[in-house]
Order: sequence, then C-alpha cells, then structure tokens
Amino acid sequence: MFYREAGDFSTTYPQDSQTFPIKFDRYRYYVVLAVAVLVMPFVMTDYLVNSIFLPFLIYAIAAIGLNILTGYCGQVSLGTGGFMAVGAYACYKLMTAFPDVNIFFHVILAGGITAMVGTLFGLPSLRIKGFYLAVATLAAQFFLVWLFNKVSWFYNYSASGQINAPERTVFGIEVTGPNTEAWATYLFCLVFTVGAAILARNLTRGSVGREWMAIRDMDIAAEIIGVNPLKAKLTAFAVSSFFVGISGALFFAVYLGAVEVGEVFGITKSFLVLFMIIIGGLGSIFGSFAGAAFLVVLPVVLKIVGVDLLGWPTDIVAHFQLVIVGGLIIMFLILEPHGLAQLWRVAKEKLRLWPFPH
Amino acid sequence: MKYKLGTYAVAAVMAASPVMADLVFPSLSYRTGPYAAGGIPFADGYADYFTLLNERDGGIGGVETRVLECETGYNTEKGVECYEATKGEGSLVYQPLSTGITYQLIPKTTADGIPMHTMGYGRTSAANGQVFSHTFNYPANYWNGASGAINYLMSQGDIAGKKIALVYHNSAYGKEPIRTLEELSEKHGFELMLVAVDHPGQEQKSQWLQIRRERPDNVIMYGWGVMNQVAIQEAANIRYPMENFIGIWWSGSENDVLPAGDAANGYKALTFHGVGSDFPVFDDIQKYVVDAGKAAGAGDQIGTVLYNRGLYAAMLAAEAAKTAQEIHSTAEITPAMMRDGMEALEITEAKMAELGLPGFGPSFSVSCENHGGPGLIGMTQWDASAGTWSLISDFAETDMEVIQPLIDADSASYASENNIEAGC
Repeated sequence: MFYREAGDFSTTYPQDSQTFPIKFDRYRYYVVLAVAVLVMPFVMTDYLVNSIFLPFLIYAIAAIGLNILTGYCGQVSLGTGGFMAVGAYACYKLMTAFPDVNIFFHVILAGGITAMVGTLFGLPSLRIKGFYLAVATLAAQFFLVWLFNKVSWFYNYSASGQINAPERTVFGIEVTGPNTEAWATYLFCLVFTVGAAILARNLTRGSVGREWMAIRDMDIAAEIIGVNPLKAKLTAFAVSSFFVGISGALFFAVYLGAVEVGEVFGITKSFLVLFMIIIGGLGSIFGSFAGAAFLVVLPVVLKIVGVDLLGWPTDIVAHFQLVIVGGLIIMFLILEPHGLAQLWRVAKEKLRLWPFPH
Repeated sequence: MKYKLGTYAVAAVMAASPVMADLVFPSLSYRTGPYAAGGIPFADGYADYFTLLNERDGGIGGVETRVLECETGYNTEKGVECYEATKGEGSLVYQPLSTGITYQLIPKTTADGIPMHTMGYGRTSAANGQVFSHTFNYPANYWNGASGAINYLMSQGDIAGKKIALVYHNSAYGKEPIRTLEELSEKHGFELMLVAVDHPGQEQKSQWLQIRRERPDNVIMYGWGVMNQVAIQEAANIRYPMENFIGIWWSGSENDVLPAGDAANGYKALTFHGVGSDFPVFDDIQKYVVDAGKAAGAGDQIGTVLYNRGLYAAMLAAEAAKTAQEIHSTAEITPAMMRDGMEALEITEAKMAELGLPGFGPSFSVSCENHGGPGLIGMTQWDASAGTWSLISDFAETDMEVIQPLIDADSASYASENNIEAGC
C-alpha cells in the first residue's frame, strides 16, 4: 500500500533517475523537510537545540563524511576527531583573521582546508589497507591533536590554549557567540546538514560514487576495469574530510563556542562517529542520520527517564547509560549488522506488500 | 496491579517534580569517568551542606534549598546539556568544577544573567569583575596558587638560580599558571622547566625520566584526577624528595597520596581553606545529615580535602544567598539578586565562627572591581603514617604586583574579543 510505484509513471529520464523515484517516498521527504524548516524553528527552545538538535545535525554531517570514506569507499578511518579539529581551528583562525567575511564562507573554507589536510593523510591509503590504514589514520588523529595543543599560533597565543568563537552574524542575526537565539543556530546548521546530505547523495549516485564503491568491493577488479585507485581514494578522502571539517567548524563555532582540542576532539570523538555509521548503516546517507540521532538522543532520553522521572542518583543513571548503549550496540551488530538503514529498507519492503504479504 | 503500578509511577513523578519556590543550587557533578575520584567528594560536600541548612535551619532565610544534581562526567558537551537542562528551574549559581565547562559557561551565564562561581579554578582573569560581570572566582585563583608556591619556596631559602619544574595537565587548566611562573622566574631569577602530561595522565614514565635527568630543585604540579596519583607514584619511583614536590590544591587530596603509601610522606599541596574535620560544623553534619540517613553519595567522604572544599563552596554560596536576601529584602531571590549578593559578599572571622567553621578560610570581601578575593594561600603537608593533611603555614598574601597586570591584560583581550565595555 505504501511505497508503491503502481500508477507512478516516469515520462522523462530525469524523472526516472531522481533521488526518490517513488512518489510516496518523495512526498514524505518533502514533508520532513517542510516540518524541519517551517515548523521546528517555532518550537525550538535553548534546551532542545543545545542538547538534541545541534549535536544531531552536526554529528549527522560528520557521519555523512565518514560514511563516504568508510561506507562507500571502504577506507577505515579513525581520524575523524582530528579532522574535526582541523575544521574547528581553521574556522577559528579565519573568523579572527577576517572578521568582516560572513561566517557562512568561513565554515565552507574550513571544510576546504580540512579536505586538503585529509587528502594529505589519505596518501598512505594508496599503499596500505584495512587495519594498517586504520592505524595510519589513528596517527593522524594523535598528531593533529598534539599539533593544535603544541603550536600556540593556532589558538592565537591565548594563555589557556582554548579557542573561543567571537560573535558573528548572518543577515544581521547572530549565529555564534552567547547571545544567539535557538532557532537561528538551528536553521544555520540545518542549511549545512541538508546541503551536505543532498551533495553526498548525488555524489554517491554518480560516477565518482560508483568508483568509490568499486574500490570498496574489490580494488584489484576495479583497477582492471579502469577505475583509477589514486583518484578514487584521494577524492574519497577529500570529500569525506570536507564534510567532517564543516561539522568540526560548526561544532566549535555554533554549538560549543569554546573548545579545548584534547578534550573535545580526542579519540573518543572518532569512535563516536564510527559507532554512528556502524549503527546507522555503512554506505547509506539515511543511515548517517539514523546513527547520529540514535547516539545523540538515546543518552538524553535515558537521562530524562532515569533522573527526572524515576529520581535515581545521577551516577547510577550515568553508569546504566553506558551499559544500555553498549548492550544496544552489541545487539544491533548481532541482529542487524547492516544497521538502522537496513531496518528502514526492510520496513519499506514490508509496507509495499502490506496488507497482502506473500 | 496495573492500577497500583500507575499510582507508583505518578508518585515517582510527583516526588521528582520540583516543589516550587525554593532556592535551587545546581550541582554539575561528576561521579563517573576518569575524574570521578575528585568529583564525588566535592559533590557530596556541596549537597550535604545544603541538606544541613534545610534540616537544621529550615533552609536559607526560611526558604528551603534544593540541590539539583546533573552528571557531567567532566565532559564539556554534557556540561552544556546539564546547564541548559537546569537553568530553567531558577538555578541561582553554577559551580561546574571543570575549567573546560567554565569556559563554555562564561558567555552563556552572562547572556542568561545567572552568576557562576569557579572557586579556585576556571578562567583566572574572571577576577576582574569589570569585564566578567557574572563570573566569580573568590577566594583564590590559579595564579595566586603559582605565586603562593614560589613565595613558600622563597620563605624556605633563596631560589635565585634554582631550577623549578612545572608538571601540568596539558589542557586549559594546566596551562593557566605558565605565564605567571614565567614572569616570576624573570623577577626572582629561577629557571622554569615545563613538563606537559596529556589527558588523562596514566602514563608519565617519559616525563619523570626527564625530571630524573634534569634534576630540578623543586617540582610544582597542576594535575587532576588519575594524573595526580600516577605522578606521586612516579616521583616516589625515581626517589624524588617528596618535600620538594608541591601540588596545586587540585593535586592535594587523600585520593592522590594514598596509592603511593608511605612513599608519599611529606608531599605538599597548596590550599585556600582548612583541612580535617576538627570544626564544630562537622558535629552538626553528623547529627542532622549522617545520622538522619541523608548524606549524599556513600557518605564516606566526610572530612576529606575535597569534601571540605565542596562544603566551603556551598557555605560561600549560602552566605551569598543570605546577603542577597538582605540587600533585596526578599526571601525568594532570583539569579540576578544572587549575583548582587555574591558581589557584596563579606566573610569575616566572626561569621565563620558563627557558622561552625572558625579559621577554616581567610576573611575577605568581594567587590564589583574584584571578583577574585584576596588570594591568600596556605600550604599543607601529608603525613602518611597518620594519614592526615596538616596546615604548615598561614594563609599568606601572594604577589599581586605580578598577577594584577596579567589579569588586566587577559581580561582586556577577552573584552575586546567580545565587545564588552569594561566598567562597574
């Protein structure tokens, strides 16, 4: 009944090859987008935006970035935290060096700078694979954090080594700094998240994405049929780092406002984003969103249930949170190794056949 | 049965939902994670003092207090979430017990008009109340600590030409004293050696090998959490003389010295408040809180260094609330009134004695210009056989001649970055 193509005729090639070829799916997507843009800003509060929506939107961008590299191109990376730090520090240096330029361009440029750094650290991927590549990216993670801690030029020689986001506006409305409105920061991040998702979706459907997937599935075969591994791997690193850099810039400038590299962009951040794409589903844009939502919302929900509703001591709840999240990760890996995206796919298949399954 | 479960659920919600019109003191605590050993006693002390006020005096000025605990795990993102979750409940003053979270909250609390008290941590230049209108860090800050350590060493003998090492947590917190120590080394002619330890500090072999090789005359440590005990153990391993090893007040609790056993004997730590449980207020805590079964946490931390610090923080907050009630002649104060109370806070010997804490801390007063207090620093020493810390010096003045220009410079740069017009 749902998700049926019956009666839905494509008369042109663009119609046939659009992202959501099924009419029902397409309208669902428009409704979600309309609610996100037209309804959510009016019900946004400081608490909602800072504990759920900003982290969700920003982690979704990072997850999309990592998914391109790991899910689509098959290159395991543990350097996400380090690349987010590059985005954050690039954004900070740009914000303080060129205060008159709009923050929007700073965030994009921060992504560009991260893409360059990512490409540099992607070079070893031409020689090494699998676990060894993971170790090489792990080295990038530690090196970058060390660099931003060591060289005081990156934090403008401040005594504490912290970077603080100054106030910046878009169309006269503040999006960074302490006096921001909840809806403004939400919309600012939403624009980047939607843009990133559309860009990533279309990249992965095109020739570039097919090259990545060919490399992922079997690199030797891909090379034989004419895929250039140098180009495919390095573009994957560049595009992935671009998204991760944007998420790092937003994480610093819009969400936290002040950052200390070792604490915020440490190895735990790399693992968190990796868990997001594993739980959400490797090689799926929707999976990036689902994984980010799962790992951002679940702890908040557990905390509200445990502390506010049941009145348990905060430390017991915090410990339970680790147990429950850990347990769910294991459960997912056993029951549905392809993540939440696969559950969604199966649900769609079921809905198509409903109410007459065969 | 179903009905019963339903009533239980409702009862649980009722019990947990806020009773209106009380004084809310949020406690952004960390009872989990790598820094829990320091977070637990502080949170216990903070909560127990407010329980005592409720049980003994019926709250502050006749209004019950409520401690709203939120677990941060020493993590900035969770800290921000906790702040947003609790600020709507009428929270009067924030004490995040984390320099990282403090940096997040300075602009946020200022924008929301809620005061924040960072006692002995946070951004040192917040002592300049002309720029940091809603942030307080009385009675002492990191730079007082650095100067206090150097002053203590100078009282023990000439330090010109000596080599002093700073072992620090490689974060905003640990980097704070570097500039002060650099200025002081120029002024007094000692050589400064910087040794960074990365979070969480469980592995310090190379750092202490460096210290063993370079043989500094004294080691000053700015550490927190597991880093402290590892450093003291490593110092013992290289047979570094403990009496030449001085920790900041965050590196001077029982948790830090006990793992090293007898080898930690003679280790010194700075402090800005009294140690031990030899004060009348502890009898009241025993009577009204512990015996009534209302002690926070496991109730096994009473009298430890960090428990006392939590208690002291709670006492200063309660006194500021009292002051605010007097100024605005209303018992139910708002965060804005609380800020006025903190700015007009005056702690005297007589007041301390009345509260059952005679000689527990220095007497001081806060003003609009000076949110940092006088910065009087004392020195404590660990006696491993007795298992106690004891105060071995008076609370002494620090070198404000060096510190004040640094505070002015750092707060001026913050003001220009954020377009704040300094003034009272």
